Amino acid sequence: MPKRTDIHSILIIGSGPIVIGQACEFDYSGTQACRVLKEEGYRIILANSNPATIMTDPTFADATYVEPLDLSILEKIIEKEKPDAVLPTLGGQTGLNLAMELQESGVLKQHGVELIGADAEAIETAEDREKFKVAMTEIGLDCARSAIAHTMDEARAAIEQVGLPVIIRPAYILGGRGTGIAETMEEYERMAKYGLDASPISEILIEESIKGWKEYELEVMRDRADNCVIICSIENLDPMGVHTGDSITVAPAQTLTDVEYQKMRDGSFACIRRVGVETGGSNVQWAVDPESGRQIVIEMNPRVSRSSALASKATGFPIAKIAAKLAVGYTLDEIPNDITKKTPASFEPSIDYVVTKIPRWAFEKFPGTSGVLGTSMQSVGEVMAIGRTFPESLQKALRSLEQGRHGLNADPAELTLDEIPTEELTKMASIGTPDRPFQLEALLRRGVGIDDVFEATAVDPWFLDQMLMITEERAHLETLSLDTITRREWRRAKQLGFSDPQLAYLWNVTEEAVRAARLAAGVATTFKTVDTCAAEFEASTPYHYSTYEDSDEVREGEREKVIILGSGPNRIGQGIEFDYCCVHASFSLRDAGYETIMVNCNPETVSTDYDTSDRLYFEPITYEDVMDIIEREKPKGVIVSLGGQTPLKLADRLPEDLVLGTSPASIDLAEDREQWNAMCARLEIPQPAGGTAVDIDEALEITGKIGYPALVRPSYVLGGRAMEIVYDDDHLRRAMAELAGFGSLGKEGGLSAERPVLVDRFLEDATEVDVDALRDHTGDSVIGAVMEHVEEAGVHSGDSACSIPPTSLAADTIAVIEDYTRRIAEALDVKGLINVQYAVKGNQVFVIEANPRASRTVPFVAKATGVPLAKIASRIMVGSTLAELRTEGLMREPVEGDHVAVKEAVLPFNRFPEADAVLGPEMRSTGEVMGIDLTPGLAFVKSQLAAGLQLPTDGMVFLSLADRDKDVGVEAARIFTELGFTLAATSGTAAALRVAGLDVAVEVAKLGDNDGENAVDLIERGDVKLVVNSPRGRGPRADGDHIRSAAGMESVPLLTTGKAALAAARGLRDWKAHRLAVRSLQEYHAGVSIDALEAHRGDN
Amino acid sequence: MTLKEYQLVLADGETFEGEGIGAALTDDGFAAGEVVFNTVLSGYQEVITDPSYAGQIITFTYPHIGNYGVNAADDEASRPFCRGVIIRDLARRQSNWRSEEHLDDFLCRHGLAGIAGIDTRRLTRHIRDRGAMPGAFGPADHATLLGAAQAEAGTAGVDLVSLVTTKEAYTVGDGPRRIVAYDFGVKTTMLRHLGEIGTVTVVPAHTSADDVLAMNPDGVFLSNGPGDPEEAGPIVDELPKLLGKVPIFGICLGHQVLALAMGGTTYKMKFGHHGGNVPVQDSRTGKVEITAQNHNFAVEAGSVPNVTETHVCLNDEALEGLVHNDYPAFSVQYHPEAGPGPHDSTYLFEEFAQLMDDFNGKAA
Repeated sequence: MPKRTDIHSILIIGSGPIVIGQACEFDYSGTQACRVLKEEGYRIILANSNPATIMTDPTFADATYVEPLDLSILEKIIEKEKPDAVLPTLGGQTGLNLAMELQESGVLKQHGVELIGADAEAIETAEDREKFKVAMTEIGLDCARSAIAHTMDEARAAIEQVGLPVIIRPAYILGGRGTGIAETMEEYERMAKYGLDASPISEILIEESIKGWKEYELEVMRDRADNCVIICSIENLDPMGVHTGDSITVAPAQTLTDVEYQKMRDGSFACIRRVGVETGGSNVQWAVDPESGRQIVIEMNPRVSRSSALASKATGFPIAKIAAKLAVGYTLDEIPNDITKKTPASFEPSIDYVVTKIPRWAFEKFPGTSGVLGTSMQSVGEVMAIGRTFPESLQKALRSLEQGRHGLNADPAELTLDEIPTEELTKMASIGTPDRPFQLEALLRRGVGIDDVFEATAVDPWFLDQMLMITEERAHLETLSLDTITRREWRRAKQLGFSDPQLAYLWNVTEEAVRAARLAAGVATTFKTVDTCAAEFEASTPYHYSTYEDSDEVREGEREKVIILGSGPNRIGQGIEFDYCCVHASFSLRDAGYETIMVNCNPETVSTDYDTSDRLYFEPITYEDVMDIIEREKPKGVIVSLGGQTPLKLADRLPEDLVLGTSPASIDLAEDREQWNAMCARLEIPQPAGGTAVDIDEALEITGKIGYPALVRPSYVLGGRAMEIVYDDDHLRRAMAELAGFGSLGKEGGLSAERPVLVDRFLEDATEVDVDALRDHTGDSVIGAVMEHVEEAGVHSGDSACSIPPTSLAADTIAVIEDYTRRIAEALDVKGLINVQYAVKGNQVFVIEANPRASRTVPFVAKATGVPLAKIASRIMVGSTLAELRTEGLMREPVEGDHVAVKEAVLPFNRFPEADAVLGPEMRSTGEVMGIDLTPGLAFVKSQLAAGLQLPTDGMVFLSLADRDKDVGVEAARIFTELGFTLAATSGTAAALRVAGLDVAVEVAKLGDNDGENAVDLIERGDVKLVVNSPRGRGPRADGDHIRSAAGMESVPLLTTGKAALAAARGLRDWKAHRLAVRSLQEYHAGVSIDALEAHRGDN
Repeated sequence: MTLKEYQLVLADGETFEGEGIGAALTDDGFAAGEVVFNTVLSGYQEVITDPSYAGQIITFTYPHIGNYGVNAADDEASRPFCRGVIIRDLARRQSNWRSEEHLDDFLCRHGLAGIAGIDTRRLTRHIRDRGAMPGAFGPADHATLLGAAQAEAGTAGVDLVSLVTTKEAYTVGDGPRRIVAYDFGVKTTMLRHLGEIGTVTVVPAHTSADDVLAMNPDGVFLSNGPGDPEEAGPIVDELPKLLGKVPIFGICLGHQVLALAMGGTTYKMKFGHHGGNVPVQDSRTGKVEITAQNHNFAVEAGSVPNVTETHVCLNDEALEGLVHNDYPAFSVQYHPEAGPGPHDSTYLFEEFAQLMDDFNGKAA
């Protein structure tokens, strides 16, 4: 069946900000969909609030709406663009939920828009657990015993029937939030209530616990001729009980006989058919009882999922791309397999390697969290590694994580497990945590038998035996040395995935010595190809992975090559923004005639799509792995400055002449405190007073000179890891002790003379400003954008809202900032991008730090200004000048127009209820959104809406402000009052408000005071529509913490700084006066004047 | 466990280093046969015990083999007929609730040698580019192995069916119809499917048409089997006597001999189809089936007179199925019974039942 010609325009809904459970994988799927459907000649309308995505690049769609993903906004887009169809299955749970809302509210019907890919009934059958179970039982598939409850009474009745232990899952929730296992009635009561609150439709499923069973996933595709294929089978190393997004997973399935596998395959097809997903990709999750082989269907996603992205990267079969084509009517047999070119997409990939995915967590960012994995997803990113065998892929995946580990132990960090008694270690390993693989290996190394380890952990004996092979090999290697190891032994060690640093550790030599000896012994990496067909057909796509075998498949290149090092796993502080930069560099350099080579290990990303670059190496980004590729490919150069800290950390060790762009020496200069201070002094650019310290005495000496408050931060980290503002000596001592300890930070390098702590005077009430700029080798430079932060200095820039253009800075201040930026870029001899951060206090500009590399804000700037900074930077790095690029047309001037773009951070506090929801110098946001409109207020309101903060239009605002925030808070409160809000406040704040002549309707007592109502009572009663609470210090159980967590529990919008409150108040004022209009980026980039602002005429 | 160092040498001299697994070979011993590769991800036991591999050494492209052990229920024949197995990595410990035996013990028990530690991807690419070719592996020296590989006859022009066919007729299944099944190397799963629709008398490959007709069957089934259809014995001459008199269903080698009997021609493919992921399109409905396949020979498309070509392989357009225009006879090149492989095509057994019922006037 050919493609449909009765539809001409398609609305694709993206997944919005990166949150836990919904990350880059939907940028990957959405980008693919936009690309192929545009190629097919459809008009593509894209809605996605996330400016860091590649899909929202204006070239990928005909009309790109970086607008809040909210029903009312989407309705406006549909009214304006009148699409023929909506494709809801590529934008994650967000896209799917919105499509359902559009359907239920009648918007689709009213505008004659068709849902393609999956219809509402199919979505409901898959998503509604009761309906799903009925449907599965109907077709004879086995499900777990279960019951549904909508109230606590129903929940109590249900438990009688199902029996403990049970698993509780709220309906319509992505990534399993609110899900948990209850083993006692007490736990059950608490979790049922939490689940009911978390579910948007107050519905929970109570299910027999199948904890400890084996877990599998099959990725299914179906076309409208009812052809079904399995793209990939996945087996989880972690048994049931750990969310699949938090599990180590392996492809293909390892321990199913063909009889069992085919039964699961038949069941998966029956499932997709019964649910009624007409076309596209779905994934079906299964649990298998290891004792009896009983197979239970757990759930199915009627859409492309995180697992689909993994399956695509694991097999080379582009699920999202094919799903998009199927949605417009093609059948699988009509679509060619990209990789073989000669065979069709209607087949099932066969692979001849093993793929291991390991999640990456960020528990260290959320003090108070347990770090225990459960049925609610908590990881923020993941890595994938390919090896010929499981041991090889496991060890490669572990070193891809960049958490200081070089593989499955056999590295310095393994020592932390040595002290733990075996009994305790066994107990630890029985609980899913990020450390489980290392604990398992340590147990095996101590001689604990596989059966005993299996008994304790339910990790399948096959996986354990494979780990034991690594352990036994290690023991053998320990008897060898660089001088005695034979070629065959080298090969065996490398085939089991041992990295050079592991061998260096075992032999107590340097990594360089290992590498030299290994290469001298003739044991070099061989690169194989991911080809969907286990080599049965010739592959035309150079998608490679390393292993140690006989033959290498890399073809010689025809053009000059550039290697782009990606950013590795998503983590807080380093995510999709850097993937955007790497992908743009690849596009831009390919256009310029280079052969681009991408190296990355993150399966969620666009960068690891095999057709993004000319060549793809799915490899860990470590010195060893990168050098192997460099030696094989012999590139003109390597780009290290677009992938965040990951590749930058390697810059020093790579051959100097190969590092493109700003030199490693300049990168160091910007990081090295003394050199940097000297440079600033020479340039006469003011800095806050400060110094560097390697211990507490040195730190106290500095604060003795500069006073408090002081900002304490380690060098060479990203995302403000362990940054803190300290107010006195005791506080400073605590902070330094934490930094010096061998804690989470230790894994990232620890504290040393080479990596001292920076102690600076903290400028209170200063406005923070970020600048992204470009400079070429001739010294020509361009300011990309000056961004003014909404929150004051002290909140990490990644967690702060910021605005382009600045809203309160005077023109001459901006001129000073631009001048400083150019001078710093010149002094650092930047060739490419530089990001400089400033604090502006009064009229004085202080430079905080400079980073001669791509920053997190590069894609936001590009969306706001229309200037493709990353593309330009990559060309500068290979020698082009800004003048040349201007002539070429790549370098454009920022667009004219009156629009304001506000970037807002999205925080994962709802995932970590134990952690305090307050902003600080340590970055904790997972993603970002952009609001764009014609006034700062409207743009801010949109940014809040996009971030999921529905600002109220009336009701009561509760304020509890730190002293430093009182002035700005009063200003905000005045506007709230003008807009008709009533005010409630804690006593101190109330006094300040009354002094300013404002009426405080309710004044509450401090917590613990028995007389009168306190803030938490007020919030829990539901009277408060907005909470403004700025923290005083960091007391873990302070009043503010209780207020903030009450707001979180009751889902009341919460603002934690005075400036954010003021921005919100102004936004609400503008919103009252003007309609919230939607405009595409293409419109903004063509220039929209303030005259386009539509005023409310008082008709609503 | 001490390593037994083996080499694998192909007839063109290509050499691979590995280690011995399975049944021990003497110090100067070797196993020889035509080296083919199979791309299934699961189902190694069924593949190893498939009699169609008689005369061949099977390379598994998936690196981990033996993960879930071996169990009696999944055997496709009473013993393996292949000459050896080539793998990347033999699981040391198996894990599955159905497992009864370790794969290595199974190989030893059946006297089947194997070689592990091979860069099977390099080997697969070599065969893909140069075609399936004889090879020999073992602890013997290179010259011996090369000589053995070059002396190996391959499969073209060699009678392998007589090695694997049953010596005596026997009966399986309890379905309502009488089916005579020619055993050219029949797989157990195939008989299990047939046994559901009929009571199946399995007869040796050389059984005459007259003897078959004397059994008064509702239908005749032509099984899979190894090697060259032109060497499959007297069946090609016997089949014309059955055509039109009784409904016929052929699979794999059965399909090839049926085509030859109808006047078609067969040829040896470069490296054949061996896997569980092959897309086949039913040209009557346009529907795509993912099929299990195992053949080195194929029927020349367009060579068989008076038939409709019903199925085609989407990877390389090889002919995968046909139905006679006048007589109740149809056949497919692929394996609808699976074992191992997908179940997409089991409907063909229903079609066979329907054909028998229609022909014999017993239409339900």
